[in-house]
Amino acid sequence: MNAHAGTVRGKERYRSGVMEYKRMGYWEPDYVPKDTDVIALFRVTPQEGVDPIEASAAVAGESSTATWTVVWTDRLTAAEKYRAKCYRVDPVPGTPGSYFAYIAYDLDLFEPGSIANLSASIIGNVFGFKPLKALRLEDMRFPVAYVKTFQGPATGIVVERERLDKFGRPLLGATVKPKLGLSGRNYGRVVYEALKGGLDFTKDDENINSQPFMHWRDRFLYCMEAVNRAQAASGEAKGTYLNITAGTMEDMYERAEFAKELGSCIVMIDLVIGYTAIQSMAKWARRNDMILHLHRAGHSTYTRQKSHGVSFRVIAKWMRLAGVDHIHAGTVVGKLEGDPNTTRGYYDVCREDFNPTKLEHGLFFDQSWASLNKMMPVASGGIHAGQMHQLLDLLGEDVVLQFGGGTIGHPMGIAAGAIANRVALEAMILARNEGRDYVHEGPEILARAAETCTPLKAALEVWKDVTFNYESTDTPDFVPTALETV
Amino acid sequence: MKLTQGCFSFLPDLTDDQITKQVQYCLTNGWAVNIEFTDDPHPRNTYWEMWGLPMFDLQDAAGVMMELAECRRVYGDRYIRLSGFDSSHGWESVRISFIVNRPPQEAEFELVRQEVGGRAIRYTTVRRQPAHAPT
Repeated sequence: MNAHAGTVRGKERYRSGVMEYKRMGYWEPDYVPKDTDVIALFRVTPQEGVDPIEASAAVAGESSTATWTVVWTDRLTAAEKYRAKCYRVDPVPGTPGSYFAYIAYDLDLFEPGSIANLSASIIGNVFGFKPLKALRLEDMRFPVAYVKTFQGPATGIVVERERLDKFGRPLLGATVKPKLGLSGRNYGRVVYEALKGGLDFTKDDENINSQPFMHWRDRFLYCMEAVNRAQAASGEAKGTYLNITAGTMEDMYERAEFAKELGSCIVMIDLVIGYTAIQSMAKWARRNDMILHLHRAGHSTYTRQKSHGVSFRVIAKWMRLAGVDHIHAGTVVGKLEGDPNTTRGYYDVCREDFNPTKLEHGLFFDQSWASLNKMMPVASGGIHAGQMHQLLDLLGEDVVLQFGGGTIGHPMGIAAGAIANRVALEAMILARNEGRDYVHEGPEILARAAETCTPLKAALEVWKDVTFNYESTDTPDFVPTALETV
Repeated sequence: MKLTQGCFSFLPDLTDDQITKQVQYCLTNGWAVNIEFTDDPHPRNTYWEMWGLPMFDLQDAAGVMMELAECRRVYGDRYIRLSGFDSSHGWESVRISFIVNRPPQEAEFELVRQEVGGRAIRYTTVRRQPAHAPT
């Protein structure tokens, strides 16, 4: 279906009136994307009767220079350069009526170092375009020239580990629960118990900002007392993600400065503050030796359904460019959406310096990160110590495992919950490094470690049957097929 | 207090056999193993003393274990840790670090609070001297 460019050129191209997008230069199947082009892959579902090529060309047009009619003022510009070019359209395997459209954008279309500008182009108007039933931004490829205009993660995985002096194992965290209603004093108690017990981090939840039951300064003061006490009690670096999300940038800076003044090593923001605010905080974090944690609050409203919205892998790429250090990226086995292969793709986007094309993980392009810092993925939501072998196998070593309920809900108390998680983790790392088949022997390794650790024994007993086996909605469209050998 | 720095501090102290396996894991990954010791395990003390240079180009964990035995003979009353260093591009740092020797009496820390403006407190973590030590 990729034949026939019908581009009209010369004087005819600019005759007043309406012309099909595919004839205006937005469909160029012979175009070979330049190394410096930004490439976007859309899943296009045209309305009944709309030609998929025309729909895809329209996406290219509406996300770059086009409007609904021919305008003569195009002729005052190097219009051919600025037109985004759809160069390939493929049917989506197993989904009649949907198409993958590959669109190349010239680098000059984008302001350097601005996710706001990038996203205003790529997902600006086009998602409401009437001839489309649905549209999803699946993946993007950024040229090195563009990657290099961004700061990238303020701290990065390696320096975060160096600062915390924690190597060779996932970091352990917990979100303070209940997420709403605790006073600052009670909240700090949970932080202290969890950190003293053995966690590396505790965390504010996404909607803990400054409410009647606990204003932000109170939370920060009590939390830092807890962090410092736990640090002195264990001789080990500890931290708590103080959520500085607020109604205005001025408030956010004020909270960030106070966190710094109190000696916090990390602050937290929510995705809902917007891309510009995120980039501002990333710059602030780089200037102030601060780790920046991002909670992806709100993302499922547009990432979860496969037919329409923006894939989380695109959000992950934007956030690595924008410069956060931590990003929630799924657990696979926990309570929230997450197909194993798709999640693997997100984790690779966070942690690798080069992502090769891997359709079965949802990665459609080779992507070089040009030595931009690595981002630490965070696995949070419905995970517990009994899954340690699976978590290590699926998510690897450079990840923060957040056991909120799995720490605070422990029958012997919060510190015991933390001990259970830490012992389970260390036992599994020890076994893996010894070359044991820890994935299959996992339950046995945990049971063995529990023999000398009563809290772990209790944790394994309480949560032994807890799993969240539901069908994922966001799954890869491609599966690897074994090549027949002749 | 049991100092909980390092990868395996929540497990019972590793036996030499267990340490050997972890060292072999480092060597198999191509990491240089480094032995360090200190009598100042403050959480912000990055630079423990090096027992010689990191052991590059080693194949067999036995070499590290011999050095460790020697280090323990001299500094057995201090903390000793092993770390695996990965020089590959994009990491160029430590990949694993764990304590392999502890002093007979572990370090204790206490928190010094300096009350500053408003309700803010400036915290300093300091070493607590053992009660029987001469002052």
